[in-house]
Amino acid sequence: MSHLPLEAYILLSATLFTIGVVGVLTRRNAIIILMSIEIMLNAVNLSLVAFSAYLGNAEGQLLVFFVMAVAAAEAAVGLAIVIALFRAQQTVYVDEVNLMRW
Amino acid sequence: MSVDVFFALLFGASAVGTALAVISRRNPVASALWMIGYFLMLAGLYLTLQAPLVAALQVLIYAGAIMVLVVFVIMLLNLGNPEQLRERFNPRMGLAAALGALFVLQFLVFVLSRPTGYTQPSSQASEIGTPGFLGRVLFTDYLLPFEAVSLLLLAAVVGAVVLAKRKLEP
Repeated sequence: MSHLPLEAYILLSATLFTIGVVGVLTRRNAIIILMSIEIMLNAVNLSLVAFSAYLGNAEGQLLVFFVMAVAAAEAAVGLAIVIALFRAQQTVYVDEVNLMRW
Repeated sequence: MSVDVFFALLFGASAVGTALAVISRRNPVASALWMIGYFLMLAGLYLTLQAPLVAALQVLIYAGAIMVLVVFVIMLLNLGNPEQLRERFNPRMGLAAALGALFVLQFLVFVLSRPTGYTQPSSQASEIGTPGFLGRVLFTDYLLPFEAVSLLLLAAVVGAVVLAKRKLEP
């Protein structure tokens, strides 16, 4: 076995994405939820790069650059929201914020 | 087992381990430090896929810029009280476990039932991962999306400044 099949990378990417989903659903700390979202974005990046390498197509790696730009924007705005939330409510725990709960 | 396969398996297993550590640590600072490890493991995986430019950007942008931002915000909010850090058990845990199991099952069925037939990287893989090749495609075919991304980043900068300001009135 000189190379891993493409399925190995897809399976790894799926596993990492699932870990990110479980992190978003179980944690209360808004900062850790943002990090779990980054885990999911990175899992998708991994499958994009794997497909790009195995199919010999550069567009997968270009898409990774755009995902990175969106992730950076998301981190900046998300953390600004966390700061604004902490200033207004003195908490970063999402289950203690219920202003918009019906 | 070749060197490529060995490192891919090593980085893959470490990526799963560090991701699990990120979502299971109680202290957000510990999570952030494991997150840096996770980003570095993914950069290693990109190298095994012959994508050196993506690996370098991964270290620069994620492990560098984004994690510094996260650690800075954790420091700013000063969440030091250990009593406050405790996670209460809630019914969402069961939901999350069920959903996670469903995801795993779905991906397993999908991946194992339909083999893609690609057993090794393309012969051009080492060529398309270089900065020169990717830059040429980015600045010709993908020029419009590239400019759109700069607009998105500008909007994010303005939005972050407005959101983090103390008061909206000047």
